[in-house]
Amino acid sequence: MTTLITILFFGVAYGMILYLISVGLSVTMGLMGFVNLAHGVFAMLGGYATVTLMNRIGIAFLPALAIGCVLVAVLGFVLERTLYRHLYGRSELDQVLFSFGLILVSVALVRIAWGPVAQPIRLPDYLKGQVTIFDLALPAYRLALVGFGTAVIAGLWFAFDRTLFGARIRAAVDNRAMAQSIGINTSRLFAAAFGLGTGLAALGGGLGADVLAIAPGYPLQYIIYFLIVVAVGGLGNIKGPFVAALAIGLSDTACRYFLPEAGSIFIFAFVFAVLIWRPNGIMERR
Amino acid sequence: MTTMPVSRNVSVTIRFGVIRSGLIRLLKLLPWLVIASLPLVLAGYEPLATQIFVMILFALSLDLLVGYAGIVTLGHAGLFGMGGYTAGILSVHGITDPLVTALCAMAVAAFTGLVFGVAMLRTKGLTLLMLTMASAALLYEIANKATGLTGGEDGLQGVAFSPLLGVFAFDFRGKTAFFYSLTVLFLVFSFVQVLINSPFGWSLRGIRENDARMAAIGCPIMRRRVIAYVIAAALAGLAGALQAQTTQFVALHSLGFELSGNILIMLILGGSGRLYGAFIGCPVFMLAQDQLAKQDPANWFLGLGVILIAFVMLAPGGILGIAARTVDAIKMRRRA
Repeated sequence: MTTLITILFFGVAYGMILYLISVGLSVTMGLMGFVNLAHGVFAMLGGYATVTLMNRIGIAFLPALAIGCVLVAVLGFVLERTLYRHLYGRSELDQVLFSFGLILVSVALVRIAWGPVAQPIRLPDYLKGQVTIFDLALPAYRLALVGFGTAVIAGLWFAFDRTLFGARIRAAVDNRAMAQSIGINTSRLFAAAFGLGTGLAALGGGLGADVLAIAPGYPLQYIIYFLIVVAVGGLGNIKGPFVAALAIGLSDTACRYFLPEAGSIFIFAFVFAVLIWRPNGIMERR
Repeated sequence: MTTMPVSRNVSVTIRFGVIRSGLIRLLKLLPWLVIASLPLVLAGYEPLATQIFVMILFALSLDLLVGYAGIVTLGHAGLFGMGGYTAGILSVHGITDPLVTALCAMAVAAFTGLVFGVAMLRTKGLTLLMLTMASAALLYEIANKATGLTGGEDGLQGVAFSPLLGVFAFDFRGKTAFFYSLTVLFLVFSFVQVLINSPFGWSLRGIRENDARMAAIGCPIMRRRVIAYVIAAALAGLAGALQAQTTQFVALHSLGFELSGNILIMLILGGSGRLYGAFIGCPVFMLAQDQLAKQDPANWFLGLGVILIAFVMLAPGGILGIAARTVDAIKMRRRA
């Protein structure tokens, strides 16, 4: 029973991280139809920013996280305005190659700046050790992940469903030309959404630095998981990826525990099965 | 009677045409002969040249998908590795004839391509991209875990093949490997050339350009795409088998994402959908890698990334695309 709850808990924490990182990709994919393989780069940079701000400058964990998130969001915004923007109408292959080139550049720069080994995150004392709830000893860090993740997700859903900005994004996902014709500045909207998505990815990367290790290979190593979350969850919405991320997080954790010899074979087989059943993701509108 | 001179003229023109097309065909053989005589000049480079031939073959199979069928895949190494492991595992278990194992590798890779192709090609865009990646990752994980069969992370040990056709042993200096892989490459190139100029090849281009219209004129899109995928898979498997045979080793990274990415970059660098792109991109990439990556992998990645971004933003179509535009510009100027 305890193991089951622990697995559940670890799985949910992992799923939260996956969701925070991937949700921006889902929204920007749905908005611009841009195949951005380099999304993980922003998560990695968020992780590096957080770790560096903490270890070298001595800023506390949460402020470091916030500063890293803002820095990366600004970087995402700038990259969207300078590079990405020019590739919206281009072929899928061009977008893949461009974002792959961006991954290679980021991997190289990060390697030059921080070296090839993974950067350990020094968690604050209140996130170390365990918290006991109802006779269950749960690791404080993961508990905080779940709590923090839930808060961010609640805020995100509110923004998406209840604010004018969210309504504009939903309108542009549904029909870009129509949204433009009723006076929504889609170009500016894209940049804002892109910045927001990369900021969230940075948040996920920084928060999850202890789950997904911050090393130069990051964008290549985890890209498949981010893409799985988006493809299974469906493009252009924020709830599908949540379900997908939780499912991936839970099943991957359970698999590693019960069937370590199978590795991630099960995950990939599962993804194939889901997408044969629903090629456009689980939240496909009928 | 008045038609006689005309018909004589036509026959003369036709005969001249035959001679001319025969000449062009001979001219097209010339580069192959030049390459085949390279060992006379550049002794000692046979192993590197062999690896380049294998990669060209691999990139050629990818060109069928990316350049002609419009299927972007980030998991092509999965099929390459399937071929390599098939040939390697067979040789470890006593079936060591190069041609037999190569054919088996092609068959296994084609079957793998069929299974994955049927599952994947129903999807599009990001989902298809992710699935191609996942298909290779799945095979990688299986090879990684099935240590009894594949040797896992240590790679497959004890791979050895009997002499080619029972006569030409795979020698230490790599002469046999050189001519063997060059011959296979030539045969595959000729096959692909015929294939893409056949009605089937043109229907692939049609699907690439506009699948809805192709469906409207009665083209079975899904079947064509799957067939293209299976053919490309068989050729990728053949390339994998060639690598296993010429290096006497199969490692996990032959299934890895890095190879899938690299081969795509090689093809794009040369120019996809042009058939000769692979012949330009692979040598350029591999020679540069041979020189630069030794010093510092970070610089290599940086340079590669910048080149990739620059090509996409400024010069779509790769090196051959630039060449074609230059030639066009010169022709235009001459006409003016």
